[in-house]
Amino acid sequence: MNAKLIIGLAVSAALASISLSAQAGNTAGGLDAKTAEIVKRDFRDKGIAKATRVNQDELQAMCSKYVDKLPAKIKTRLEAEQTDAIKWPADGKYMGDWKAGEKLAQSGRGMTWSDKAEEPAGGNCYNCHQLSSKEIAFGTIGPSLLNFGKIRGNTEANQRYTYSRIYNAKAVNACANMPRFGHMGILSEAQIKDLVALLLDPESPVNK
Amino acid sequence: MNTSNVKKLIPLLVLATSCAATAAENEISDSDRIAQYREMISDGNPADFDEMRGEELWKTVAGPKQATLEKCDLGKGAGVVKGVYTELPRYFKDTGKVQDLESRLLTCMTTLQGIPEEEITAKPFASDKKASDISSLATYVVGQSKGIKMAVSTKHPQAKEAYEIGKRIFNYRAGPYDFACSTCHATSNVRIRMQDLPNLNNKKDAQTAYAGWPAYRVSQGLTRSFQWRLNDCFRQQRFPEPKFASEATVALTMFLAVSANGGEYAGPGLKR
Repeated sequence: MNAKLIIGLAVSAALASISLSAQAGNTAGGLDAKTAEIVKRDFRDKGIAKATRVNQDELQAMCSKYVDKLPAKIKTRLEAEQTDAIKWPADGKYMGDWKAGEKLAQSGRGMTWSDKAEEPAGGNCYNCHQLSSKEIAFGTIGPSLLNFGKIRGNTEANQRYTYSRIYNAKAVNACANMPRFGHMGILSEAQIKDLVALLLDPESPVNK
Repeated sequence: MNTSNVKKLIPLLVLATSCAATAAENEISDSDRIAQYREMISDGNPADFDEMRGEELWKTVAGPKQATLEKCDLGKGAGVVKGVYTELPRYFKDTGKVQDLESRLLTCMTTLQGIPEEEITAKPFASDKKASDISSLATYVVGQSKGIKMAVSTKHPQAKEAYEIGKRIFNYRAGPYDFACSTCHATSNVRIRMQDLPNLNNKKDAQTAYAGWPAYRVSQGLTRSFQWRLNDCFRQQRFPEPKFASEATVALTMFLAVSANGGEYAGPGLKR
């Protein structure tokens, strides 16, 4: 083998790798990476909404990549991880005050760049769910929760389940539309308890 | 538009205010009420004022270079305004970029008129205190595409790539609420509170939604541009702010515009 041939081979190998990497930019993976790069560059801090909010955790990245239809193996693993991360109330109680819960459910405020840091976030519940029969301005992205407690019963097991659904809806369905109110620190433990009461207390307008 | 049309608009503006005030007291859905209102003003949308303002700006010398925008190439040649919006975003050879209407207007204002980019991007949207020139210019340009079918091309590789990236941004979940555009806009027949949401993966919904922007917002008394529309979506998504006319916003616009292809452009529109 002579030197010229070796150089020729090296050049063609180099060319091949260049054209391969150019192609990689157009594959799905390449486009995902490029999208992430663009998003990280093109969003900026405004008010309380800092630019770092575009950084995804693994669950957000997977649900984006698979457009909310996860392969079973990934789905099971992510749901187990989300379940393990649930912080249960230290006093073992899940029910708060349904009246406070109703107020919280009505409020759609919180965490946008036009909200103030000192104003607590609302529960945003009526944005997506029917709850009290008295409130007719309810959204339909989520299922109706009218009579939730009446249908499911106000047992301790159901209180615990309801607490977990509000704390982290992704523990049951990894790519659910619903925010992870406890996991992401949107609502406090006491506020989540108030919402559990709104859903389960027999005196709550949800069950009347 | 002439003076008699302007006169006709004044009572309509009064009507707009009273409509907004009574909407909450009535159980007729917002969408029905808006449909009624649209019909009432079908020959005079308050956005017409912004359209006139934009036309004036287009033809008036401005900036350090004391030039008009009449040599601005929006894709169909220098100065052509008719129908250009239905083919935007598109790839532009001179900038080597895919651009939407507002990013292209930004190019024209900086290159032809010599206005510093930061001066325009510092306040790109109208507020109740101040109109936005770039926004009014956009209203003028889109008005010249009314009744023409959307026909945005992805033939150029960069246009195709922008579409693909835009689709990914549409599905990009992040922030404290894990929201993406698709959280609210990928299901048919759902609403937030009483507000109906278009399913932007559905051809008909995508066409109707895109055809109605930019739009006069009755509740705000302002004509809002498409870049503003995206900006406010990201606000409600609990995202940080997208930079005005950035590659991310143009790519997302590309995805939405292509999804609306074949639909007749109907803006500037009128919204609650």
